[in-house]
Amino acid sequence: MARITAPFGPQHPVLPEPVHLNITYEDEKVVDLSPALGYVHRGLEKLAERKEYPQNVFLVERVCGICSFMHAMTYCMGIEELMGIEIPARAKYLRVFYSEISRIHSHLLWLGLFADAFGFENLFMQYWAIREKVVDLMEMTGGQRVILSSCAIGGIRRDLNAGQIEEAKNVLQQVEEGLMHLNPVMMNDYTVKKRTVGKGILNREDAICYGMVGPVLRASGVAQDLRQTGYAAYGELDFEPVVERDGDCYARALVRVRESFDSIELARQALDLLPEGEAAVKVKGNPEGETLQRVEQPRGEVLYYIKANGSKKLERLRIRTPTFAHIPGLLKMLPGCSMADVPVILLSIDPCISCTER
Amino acid sequence: MATMISTVIKNLKSRPRTRLYPAEERQLPAASRGHIEFDMRKCIFCTLCAKRCPADAITVDRKGKTLVFDPFRCIVCEFCLEGCAKEAISLLKQWSSPAAVLYKRTFTTPGEEE
Repeated sequence: MARITAPFGPQHPVLPEPVHLNITYEDEKVVDLSPALGYVHRGLEKLAERKEYPQNVFLVERVCGICSFMHAMTYCMGIEELMGIEIPARAKYLRVFYSEISRIHSHLLWLGLFADAFGFENLFMQYWAIREKVVDLMEMTGGQRVILSSCAIGGIRRDLNAGQIEEAKNVLQQVEEGLMHLNPVMMNDYTVKKRTVGKGILNREDAICYGMVGPVLRASGVAQDLRQTGYAAYGELDFEPVVERDGDCYARALVRVRESFDSIELARQALDLLPEGEAAVKVKGNPEGETLQRVEQPRGEVLYYIKANGSKKLERLRIRTPTFAHIPGLLKMLPGCSMADVPVILLSIDPCISCTER
Repeated sequence: MATMISTVIKNLKSRPRTRLYPAEERQLPAASRGHIEFDMRKCIFCTLCAKRCPADAITVDRKGKTLVFDPFRCIVCEFCLEGCAKEAISLLKQWSSPAAVLYKRTFTTPGEEE
């Protein structure tokens, strides 16, 4: 049978960000593909070498719009390790709280976009209506709806008062109720299952072999979550990684559905156990040496390599984001699937292209 | 679509999720970061804010005693505010209004804006 090669993207209705896949089809079946990146490269790593190290906190937040807080946190953890700063216990718990509301926000955004990818627009709107509550919570605590800017080297810049804690618990309760009501649609609906079950299967061995991270890895049956390493205050909280066995699009959606409940629970625990005291310590001096930091983001593991030379400016900042790790996996998931399933499978890795290209 | 029915019925009975803007304006939370303002009666032109700004939105001329602020570069991160020795910068919760042309705001010493 004759083969045709057709481009998927960089401009495609299902893609929020530009990624180009050159897909070879045989009839309507995908047989080969080659991804091409580079449409939204902004040179942030180079810019980080020109700014002073405290200013970079605001720069790395802009690597990704969805998980901005966790980028800032990873960077701050790295600088704190280089400078030997021990942050207050309150800051650790607040970092967990801010991370987890970012994760809920990201997972709800993804669940909506995923519903939209297989044409279930009503579900998409419903998920985003719940997400709106989380985004408002972020504005109420951090000050802005997406870029929180609440993390700083030495702790947290935006401490919560008693009123905000009470309101945050309220919102978490409302989000949980909303999700309880809506999730049966994502989990049990006939049309959803028809489009997701058995599509884009990645088995356990391949997931490990291709270096998958985060929810994609956990959907293939590997119980690995960086929060188990106990950074920030995760070591003191009750937490189990979510695992599914099937490794298809449905399993990846289920992992995120279940993780959003876990995140609500973790945020609640962090607020309940929030110790009294200062939320930040003063920072003096310059960082020196090199360090590697890993944090579990909504999409998976993010890796920061920081090299400092004792001056105000860093020598090198290297960022590896989860989507970068997921792209090789696509080369395994997509071949064999039908043309109509490409958008759903591509979205199931939660691609964040701006992150990847930095 | 049978699983969606309870949600549909709930939505039919509830009010719309959207606001009738501009008739009904959104109430901003107290912690909201809208824009920054300078109090030039307190400013001593020490250039600390200009040095701290990650977006290079502030330039200060120490000799000429002028401060130029570019509201379109400002990311409202509050970093200048935290470093200000005289507490001359304040944060307001209202977002700055959109504009058709780019402009910069120049402040001079007696507290007047040019």
